[in-house]
Order: sequence, then C-alpha cells, then structure tokens
Amino acid sequence: MLDHSLPKYRVYRDLEECSNCGVCIHSCSNGVHYKSADGVAIKADHKKCVNCLRCVVMCPENALAITEWPQVGVGSSNWTLGYMQDIAKQAQTGAVLLSSMGTPNSYPVYWDHLLLNASQVTNPSIDPLREPMETRVFLGSRPNMLKINERQRKVVSKMPPQLKMNVPVMFSAMSFGSVSLNTQKALAMAARELGTFFNSGEGGLHRDLEDYSDNTIVQVASGRFGVDPHYLNNAAAIEIKIGQGAKPGIGGHLPGEKVTAEVSGTRMIPQGSDAISPAPHHDIYSIEDLRQLIFSLKEATLYKKPVLVKIAAVHNAAAIASGMARAGADIIVIDGFRGGTGAAPKRIRDNVGIPIELALAAVDQRLRDESIRSTVSLVVSGSIRSSADIVRAIALGADAVSIGSAALIAVGCHQCGDCYRGRCNWGIATQDPNLTRRLHPESAAKRIVNLVRGWNKEIEEMMGGMGINSIDSLRGNRYMLRGVGLNKKELEILGVKHAGE
Amino acid sequence: MLENKKHFVCDNNKEELTLGTLHFQEANELIRQKLAKCSSLILRNVFAQRYIGCAMPMGKSIYVFGTPGNDMAAYMDGGSIEVFGNAQDQIGNTMNDGVVVIHGRCGDAAGYAMRGGTIFIRDDCGWRVGINMKQYQDKCPTIVIGGNAGNFLGEYMAGGIILLLGKAGSYLATGMHGGVIYLRKNIDLSGITDDLSICPLDDSDETKITGLLNSYSENFGDELDKFTLPDIEEFVKIIPKSARPYANMYAN
Repeated sequence: MLDHSLPKYRVYRDLEECSNCGVCIHSCSNGVHYKSADGVAIKADHKKCVNCLRCVVMCPENALAITEWPQVGVGSSNWTLGYMQDIAKQAQTGAVLLSSMGTPNSYPVYWDHLLLNASQVTNPSIDPLREPMETRVFLGSRPNMLKINERQRKVVSKMPPQLKMNVPVMFSAMSFGSVSLNTQKALAMAARELGTFFNSGEGGLHRDLEDYSDNTIVQVASGRFGVDPHYLNNAAAIEIKIGQGAKPGIGGHLPGEKVTAEVSGTRMIPQGSDAISPAPHHDIYSIEDLRQLIFSLKEATLYKKPVLVKIAAVHNAAAIASGMARAGADIIVIDGFRGGTGAAPKRIRDNVGIPIELALAAVDQRLRDESIRSTVSLVVSGSIRSSADIVRAIALGADAVSIGSAALIAVGCHQCGDCYRGRCNWGIATQDPNLTRRLHPESAAKRIVNLVRGWNKEIEEMMGGMGINSIDSLRGNRYMLRGVGLNKKELEILGVKHAGE
Repeated sequence: MLENKKHFVCDNNKEELTLGTLHFQEANELIRQKLAKCSSLILRNVFAQRYIGCAMPMGKSIYVFGTPGNDMAAYMDGGSIEVFGNAQDQIGNTMNDGVVVIHGRCGDAAGYAMRGGTIFIRDDCGWRVGINMKQYQDKCPTIVIGGNAGNFLGEYMAGGIILLLGKAGSYLATGMHGGVIYLRKNIDLSGITDDLSICPLDDSDETKITGLLNSYSENFGDELDKFTLPDIEEFVKIIPKSARPYANMYAN
C-alpha cells in the first residue's frame, strides 16, 4: 500500500560547518543520519526524524538544525495538514493513533491569565535574603480539632500520618517501563536531596530503589503490577491511581516489547507479554468501593501511611473530590488534561478532560463549601511549567504540586512526543541499554535538584513580595491573584477578581 | 468440621476470638495482636468484618465461623484462611501467596489481580472472578470453583489457573491473554471470543487437574452429597492465542 504520510521535519545541515565526524549518526536511534554511498558525506532520512534535538545538541560544529517540513497546507483552516496526515495513517493501518507527552493543542492556559500581587507601601514585602521563609509543606488529613497539653507542650490528639516536604513540589508518577530505571533513580536521588517524594508509577518498584523508601510514593493502579505487602510497606505513602490527565477514563497498555527482563521482574509479569491496566479498577464501582480499597491499603500498612487518590481533571471533578475526601483519602491528586504521558491514544489526550486551573479552583471551593477541605490535602499537576505556576496553584487552593514533564525536561527531554516508540535518544523513555546509559542518574539528579532549588528561591521571592513568609499563608489566598483577559464565568469559577478590580 | 483438619488439630499454638459486631478496624487489630503470639486463630460470630487476613504472612492460619466481609485475604502473603460458611466480594484481592478455602459460595471479583496462592470455593462464585489474575516465575495463582461461575470469569486473565466444575456465565475470559481455564466439555463455548483457543488436555494439564480435584475432594468431599471425583476426560481447556492481544491496536 502506498504510504501517504509526509515527513514532519527536515534536517538542515550546514555543509560549510559539518566536518563529517559522524556524531549525529551515533546520536540517533531513529536512523535519520547516514553516510552516503561515497562514504564521506552524511545524508538524512528526514521522515524518520522526531525532532528530539539530540543530534543538534551533540553536534560539535553546531552544523545541525531541525526545521518544519516546508510543505504548505492547501489553505484550509478546517482540513489542516495534521488532520489529513492522521487520516492517511489510519487509512493505512486501521489502528488507534498513539501519542505521548501532553496535548500540543492550543487550549487556553489559565496560568497565563492569572497575575500575582505584590505589596507596595502597606503590609510591606519581606526580603527572603535576610528573613526566614517557610516553604515546608505537610500533606495528609487533619483532625477537626487538635487537643494540646499546654503544660507539656505536646499534641494529645492522634494525628493521621503526614508527609513532610521541604519544598511544595513532588514528582509525578512515572513507571519503570514508561521511563528507564536511570530516570527513576535520578528522580529518587533528587527527591531525597530535596526532602520530597518521587512516585513509582504503576509498574512496581525496582529493588535498586528500595533504599529510597522514605522518599517514595508507590502506586496502586488497576493492573496491580508489582503490588504485594513488601511493595506497600516500602514507601512513605501509597497512591491509588484512578485516572491520569492525559488519558482520563481509559487504562494503560505497556506493549510487550517494552516488557524486558528487568521490567518483567519489577512488574511481576512474564517477559514480552502486554501489561494491561484495565480502564477501571475492577473492585471500584462507587465511592463506597473506593473507600474499601483505601482502607484495605491502610489495613495492609497498619494505618501508618497516608493514602493518595489520583484522578484526572474531568467535568465533575469537584463532586468526585468530595466523594474521595469522604471515602478516606488523605491526599487528593488532580491531574489536568495538559499533563504528560508515556503513551495515550491521541484523540483521548487531545480531547478529554479539563484544565487543571479550573478543576483545582472548583475542587477547593467545593471542599470548603462542604467544610471538609481540612480533612484532605490537595496536590495538582498537569502541567506546571515554572515557579509562578506553583505560586498560582497554591493561591488557588493547592497544598503542593507535582511535576513530571518539567522534571524530564530538566534531564534532557525535548518534548518530541515520541515516548511510545521506546527509542528515546535522551535515555528517558526507553529500555534500550545503549540509550538508557546516556542518562547518568547522579548528574540528572543534580539537574533536577538545581531546577527545584531555583524554583523554590523564586517562590520565596514571590511570596516575600506579597508580604507573605510561609506557604501556609499563601494557600487558597486568591486575593493574591487577578485575572486578565478572562470572562465573568471564568473569573467566577477561578474565584478571582479581574485585574484593576 | 474443624476437628477433621489435621493441621489444626496438631497445632498446639491456637487461640479463639469472637468478633460479633466489632468494627473491622478493632477486629483486625485484635486479630493481628493474637496472631503475633499464636499460629492458628479461630474467629467466631464473624459479621461481615472486612479485610480479615489482610497481608497475612506465611505460617499463620485463620478459621472463620460466620460470614467474613469483603476483601478477605487481600494482599495475603502466605497465610491460610478457611471459612465455614459463605464469603463476600473480592476475597484474595491482589493476593500474593497462601490458601483460602470457602465451605460455601463467594461473591464477585474473587482473586482480582491475584499473583500466587490458591482459592478453593466449594459452591458457586459471583461475577468477574479471577479478573486480571497474573502469574510470575514460580508463582501460579489458582482458583477452583466447585459450582457455577457468574459472568466475566477470567476477564483480562494474564496468568494462573482457573478450574471450574460447574457452568460458566456469559463473557467468559474476555481479554484473556495468559494462563489457562479448565472447564467441562459439555459447557457451550460458542460465545467465547476469537482470541481464545479451546484445546484438549495434555499430560501436564491432567496432572494439574488431578491434583486440584484431589485437594477439592479432601476439603469438601465429606460435606457434599454423593460427591465423586469427575472424570478427567470430561475437561477441556481455554487458552489465549496470544500474550499480545493489543499488539496491532495502535498505529506507531
């Protein structure tokens, strides 16, 4: 059958600069660069390029750049080249289109319509360079009333288990299988160094990561891969994954070719077989059933670990979150529809779910209205791109945020969106040992630590500017936000005033 | 019945506990405290307390009189539980190892995502039993159902063994991509999906079935009217055609 698909990218090689050294050939797992028949000049098979930028970064002569394929569309803003190429691919294969990372579509990013406040003259700003700033966050359920023995200066009430984070940022769930073990190691090391948590994802926990249990959140998803009492007890907390922002309402399939010997051992399934996480948990059909799973995990860990429940941001997120809080979740995690993924059907990723900003504002408000906000902590993700997004999220009502894509970008991800093929040139979303060794856990961890430390300093500066010296005073403090370019309904849902008001 | 159990009679380190209407949190805390000091525990007057035997390790046994609640033997890790009555939903949820014996029927989703150990059910079972069961290395989860099974038996099954002595419901083994289901030849299998094969037994199947039937008979033979071991010739097996049911579902 004639393949109608066009190249997406074009490799531009500056022949004046190129020294024919061949680094680009070795850099590319997709086989884009090759020596021509004369054995000297290097040519490019443009169609294979995914724009991961590995060759561009590695080229010692700076002779490479990736450009868009110069084909013009037919001028229709309805039948764009993108839609026509998708149809061509499906007409050829009869298959579901797969995609990776967050949706590239231009839906509104509400973070970019929210501006932060700063003090001028009154309630003066605080200088974080000489005043202490508190960015520590505790996550978990709080009792309705705290009894304190003042004479002994001791809390008498029994406190539910809490997670202590030195920064209001943790790392999103990324399973071994979807990312390499080196990537997980880097996240684990960074989490320990920063005093926060990484999340195993649903693929079990590799034995090399067991040392990091104090900084580990293990995940229980519908496939229950690698879940046994040892796994549950080898973590600071347990997350029940109901949904993911990039693919709300559907399960996950790790294709058999990615189930290598190591992945098989961690997931505890045979090598080479598809690892299927069904769409629902087959023991959860209601909020009451969710409660049953939450308490089964608490029973299995003797009530010593908080239980997180993660859902995708969907239309009824607020009502669902209320149910989750009442079902006994200690921490609610909400993942917005711009969140990333190792693999998701393209139509789901690009069309299902709602922005995290609106979901967060609605959930926080609903929990407050029902007087149950303090019974849970709220963590949001999908997608947080900078320290300013974190400040906005906390001011909208989040206790902390979770970053996935940003942490991966820190270690080399260039968002090419080709994770599902398992040939990641940066050694992140691959199990190929020739590629995974490109990512050194120690130096990658250092990059992640640098990123979060930098962000944390910026958070301190922004808080200081507002005259606030602790995250606790920022949480749900929507007076610190003003909308720009938003309509009345959007402002109402976000619970913020328009700039100038 | 309990007096017939050799293991129990020989165990000098056993205790008793009456649960009555205790909340499951108190009940399970008491059970854990008792089992820290003894190896066998008889629970009497059990009224649907959930999570009995949750994550219970090897070397510990519980004998339940009454009706245990949902998620009994969840994440169980080598212990054994025998129920002298019916059991509710999701027994052996994500069970890792051990033995569960039900002298009666059980509810839905028994053995969900179970990875190891064996569940014997004397009578019928509910829907979605053995769903997403998986096997790994020397671990081979096994469920023996003496009566009829509800719909969706072995759905998404990724490994292990189900032996069904009675009739199967609809949507049998949908999405199955590992393991084996043994059932009677006289069951109408015209409704199963094209992804599955119906095959005659080989020698290793016969050894496995014989072993399981003998255990079933040991557990329940004396309490069933005129129970006789079924003839091995009466069984066939269902296995998936591929461990990669969705290999061609996506366009890369």
